[in-house]
Amino acid sequence: MNKTIVIDGKVIPFQDGQTIMEAAAEAGIYIAHLCHNPQFTPHGSCKLCTVKVNGRNCSACTFPASEGQNITNISKELNDDREKITQMLFVEGNHFCPSCEKTGNCNLQAVAYHLGMTDNHFPHFFENREVDASHPDVMIDHNRCIFCTLCVRASQEVDSKNVFAISGRGLEKRLVVNSESGLLKDSDLDVNDCAAHICPTGAILIKRTGYKVPIGQRIFDHAHIDTVTLANEGASHDE
Amino acid sequence: MQNFIRNLAQENDFQATRLLKILRAVQAKYLHIPKQAIEQLALMLNVPRTQIQNVVAFYSFFHFEPRGKYDILISSSITDLMVGQEELINYFAEKLGVKIGEVRADGVVSLANTSCSGMCDQSLAGLVNGYAITKLTKPRIDEIVENVNKQLPLENWSQNLFDVQDNILKPDLLLNQKTTQGEAINTTFARGLMQTLDEVEKSGLRGRGGAGYTTAWKWKFCHEEQADQRYIVCNADEGEPGTFKDRVILNSYADSVFEGMTVAAAIIGATQGFIYLRGEYLHLHEKLEAILQARRDANLLGKNILQHGFDFDIEICLGAGAYICGEESALIESLEGKAGIPRNRPPYPVVSGYLNKPTSVNNVETFLAAANIAIHGGEWFANFGTAKSKGTKILSISGDCAKPGIYEYPFGVTAQTILNDCGASDVLGVQVGGPSGTFISNDEFERKIAFEDLATGGSFIIFNNSRNILDIVHNFSHFFAHESCGFCTPCRVGTSLLKKQVDKIVEGHGSAGDIVALEELCQIIKNYSHCGLGQTAANPVLTTLERYPEIYQKMLKKISYEPGFDLDKSLEIARRMANRDDAHAHLAQVED
Ligand SMILES: Cc1cc2nc3c(=O)[nH]c(=O)nc-3n(C[C@H](O)[C@H](O)[C@H](O)COP(=O)(O)O)c2cc1C
Ligand code: SF4
Ligand code: SF4
Ligand code: FES
Ligand code: FES
Repeated sequence: MNKTIVIDGKVIPFQDGQTIMEAAAEAGIYIAHLCHNPQFTPHGSCKLCTVKVNGRNCSACTFPASEGQNITNISKELNDDREKITQMLFVEGNHFCPSCEKTGNCNLQAVAYHLGMTDNHFPHFFENREVDASHPDVMIDHNRCIFCTLCVRASQEVDSKNVFAISGRGLEKRLVVNSESGLLKDSDLDVNDCAAHICPTGAILIKRTGYKVPIGQRIFDHAHIDTVTLANEGASHDE
Repeated sequence: MQNFIRNLAQENDFQATRLLKILRAVQAKYLHIPKQAIEQLALMLNVPRTQIQNVVAFYSFFHFEPRGKYDILISSSITDLMVGQEELINYFAEKLGVKIGEVRADGVVSLANTSCSGMCDQSLAGLVNGYAITKLTKPRIDEIVENVNKQLPLENWSQNLFDVQDNILKPDLLLNQKTTQGEAINTTFARGLMQTLDEVEKSGLRGRGGAGYTTAWKWKFCHEEQADQRYIVCNADEGEPGTFKDRVILNSYADSVFEGMTVAAAIIGATQGFIYLRGEYLHLHEKLEAILQARRDANLLGKNILQHGFDFDIEICLGAGAYICGEESALIESLEGKAGIPRNRPPYPVVSGYLNKPTSVNNVETFLAAANIAIHGGEWFANFGTAKSKGTKILSISGDCAKPGIYEYPFGVTAQTILNDCGASDVLGVQVGGPSGTFISNDEFERKIAFEDLATGGSFIIFNNSRNILDIVHNFSHFFAHESCGFCTPCRVGTSLLKKQVDKIVEGHGSAGDIVALEELCQIIKNYSHCGLGQTAANPVLTTLERYPEIYQKMLKKISYEPGFDLDKSLEIARRMANRDDAHAHLAQVED
C-alpha cells in the first residue's frame, strides 16, 4: 500500500526519502518557494515554503514527508506571513522592478504577485550594493541578490565548478565570486553554465540578451507562478 | 609570511577542519587575515578561497583589515551598560586618541564594542588581544592606556587587570563535590556502561544548555546509531548574555567535566571528544590544555584508559566571536572549519553530526552533573528538584544586587529566594534565561526556576526600579540583529527590522500603528525562523510588551503617522549642495 500525507485535506502519496515539497509537486500541488529548485540539494533558507505540519511550522523543501502528516499549505495566516517574508526580501535589497531587465521573468516578483503583495510594507534598508560587469558575457547586480544560493549549488552540483559562495554574517551577507580578484571575469564561469541561468531574480543576467523578449511576452505576463512552476518542476524531478 | 603559513598548515596536518585555529594564529600575528594568506591556505588546505573568506567575514574576531597591535574590545551587554559602559568606553577612546570601532593612526591600538564576554559579575569587562580584562574603572583604564602607549608586552602588564574571579557564593549538590580523578570512570566501568546509562536516565538529568533534552536519551540514540566513529562534544560557547557559570565550572571543576565527557564517550562509543570553548575564554585555554595533559599522563585520557580497554582523547577548539555557534549544529559546522550556520533538521546531530557521524553535544554543566551521577548514582541526583526538573541548577547572577556571582539551587527555587540570597532590593524585574528567555516583573517572584516554569540556561539578570525597560529591550534587539547568522530571511532581515522598529519607538518617533507593527514583526521572526536564535529573538519585546504595554504606549506620539526617519536631517545634504540654510530649506517632522 502507498504511504500518504494529507495536504489541505487532499490525500497524496509519497515515497520514503521524499520531502513534502517533492511529494506535493508530484501531486500537482504548488507550495510557494524561492530558494528551492528540484535539480539541487535543498537549502531551506528563504522560508517561503513554510507549511504547518500537524500544527508545527516546517520548511516543505527540506522536511521529509512521513506517514500521518496533516499539512496546511493554504491558509490566510500562511499566505499573509509568506507575503511579509517576501516583503522582507524586497526591502533588504534594492528592487526597482520597472527598470529591471528581469521583470516579468522574475520569480521574486511573480511570487509577490501570487501572494497579493502590493507594497513593501517594511522600511527599506537602501544598502549600498555593487554591480560586477567585468565578465564578457555575464553580469551580477548585487542589489537584487536574495541569497537563495541557487547559483552556488548550480555551479557545484551541475557545472562541477565552484564559482559562487555566500559570505558574511547577518545582514552583511553577500554573494562572492571564487577568483583571486573577486571579479567574475577572473572566475571560470562560462556563459553556458547552469549557474549563469539559474538566478530567480535579476541578480545574474546574461549580457546582450536584454529585452530580447519584449515586456508583455514574458513568462509571468500571462501565467501565474504556480502553473509555471508545476509545469517545470512537477515532472522534472521524477528520476 | 609564506613560511609562517606553511608551517602553520603543517602543524595542523593540512586539515581544513582546523581552519579556525589556523586563522586565529594568522590574526594574532598579522593583526588581520591578509589576502595572500587566504590564497595560500586555500591551496594548502584544499578548500575554495571563498570558504576561508566566508569564515573571516563571519566571525567577529577575524578581520580583513589590520586591527591595532593592541586590539581592545569592550563588552556592551546590558550589565555593562548598567555600570556606565557608554561613558567609560568614550573615556577610553578619548584617552587612547582613537575612535570607537577604528584603529589609531599609528596602528598601535584599536577599540571596539563586543557582545557579552561572560564576565557580567565583574563588569565592566573587555578583551585585550583576546584576553579577558575585568572591573574596568577610570583608573584601570588609565593604567591600560599607559601600557599601550609604552607598548608594554601583555605579560608585563599588572596581572590584576586580567584577574577573573569565580565568585561561587552558593555551592550546593554539584559545586560541593570533591571528586578524585578517575573516580567516575572507574565506577562507570565497575557498574557497567549500560547500567551507568540507566543511572543517568534514572537521575532525570536534562540538558543544561537551555533546551532541556533528556541527556540519557541523547546518549542512547547516539549509541544506537550504526557508525564507525562517534563524537562527544562539550558546548562551552556560553554566549547567552548574562551567563558565565560554564566559565567558572571550567576554571574550577574542569577535571570533573572531562571525566563526564569520558564517561559519555565510553557509553556512546566515541574515541574523540571536543571542547568548543568560546573565543572570549582564551584566558582558560592554557590551563585547560595543562589539565588535559595531566590527564593523559595519568592515563585518564589516551589509549586503554585505566586498563579498561577504552581509548579516548579530547581536543580544545576555540571559537572566534559568534553567539550562533552555541547552537549545536552551528557549533558542529564551526568545528568543521566553516561559518556557524545551523543545519537543516532532520537529521539531528545524534544521527549525523561532526563529519556526518553520530555526535552528542552537551553543555559543560551537563557533563559535570553526569560525572557526579556516574559516581553517586541516579537516585542521589533525582532526590533533588521538582517532578520534571531533577537535581540542581547553577545560576549566573548579575545586575542590580549586592552579591553577583554563581549560585547553585535545587530546581524549584523561587525567584524571590534567589533575590533574597544575592541581596537584591527595590527590584523592577528579572531577565531569566538571558535575552532569549523571559522578563518577569515584580509580581511574579513566586515563580520557580524549573523546566516546567522558568527555564534557564543559567542567566539571571536583575534590574532595580531605576532601570528603564526599553533600554533593556533596545540592547537585546541590537544583540540579536548583530548575532543573526543571516541564513534565513525572517531572522536575517527580521531582526534588523526589529532593531529599527525598537529604535524608532525608543527614540520617540513612534506613532499609533507602530506597536501593532512591532508585534506583527515579532510573530514572523518567532514563527518562521530556522533556528533557536531567530525563534527567540523577539522574546525581549514580546515578554515586556505583554507585561508593560503602557510603557510602550507612553513613547508614542499622538499623531496617526510619523516617518521612521528624521525628515529635516535627511535634507542636510540637499541644503549643503544648494548652499541654503534659510527657513524654507527646513521641514518640520510633522505638519502642525
Ligand atoms: C542561538 C543558540 C545559542 C546556544 N548557545 C548555547 C551555549 O552557549 N551553550 C550550550 O550549552 N547550549 C547552547 N545552545 C543549546 C544547544 O543548541 C544545545 O541544545 C545544547 O548544547 C545541548 O546540550 P545539553 O543537552 O547538555 O543542554 C544554544 C542554542 C541556540 C539556539
Ligand atoms: S545571485 Fe541569484 S541565484 Fe545567486 S544567490 Fe543571489 S539571488 Fe540566488
Ligand atoms: S534563525 Fe537566525 S541565526 Fe538561526 S539560521 Fe536563521 S538567520 Fe541564522
Ligand atoms: S523554498 Fe524552502 S526555504 Fe526556500
Ligand atoms: S523584477 Fe527585478 S529582481 Fe525581480
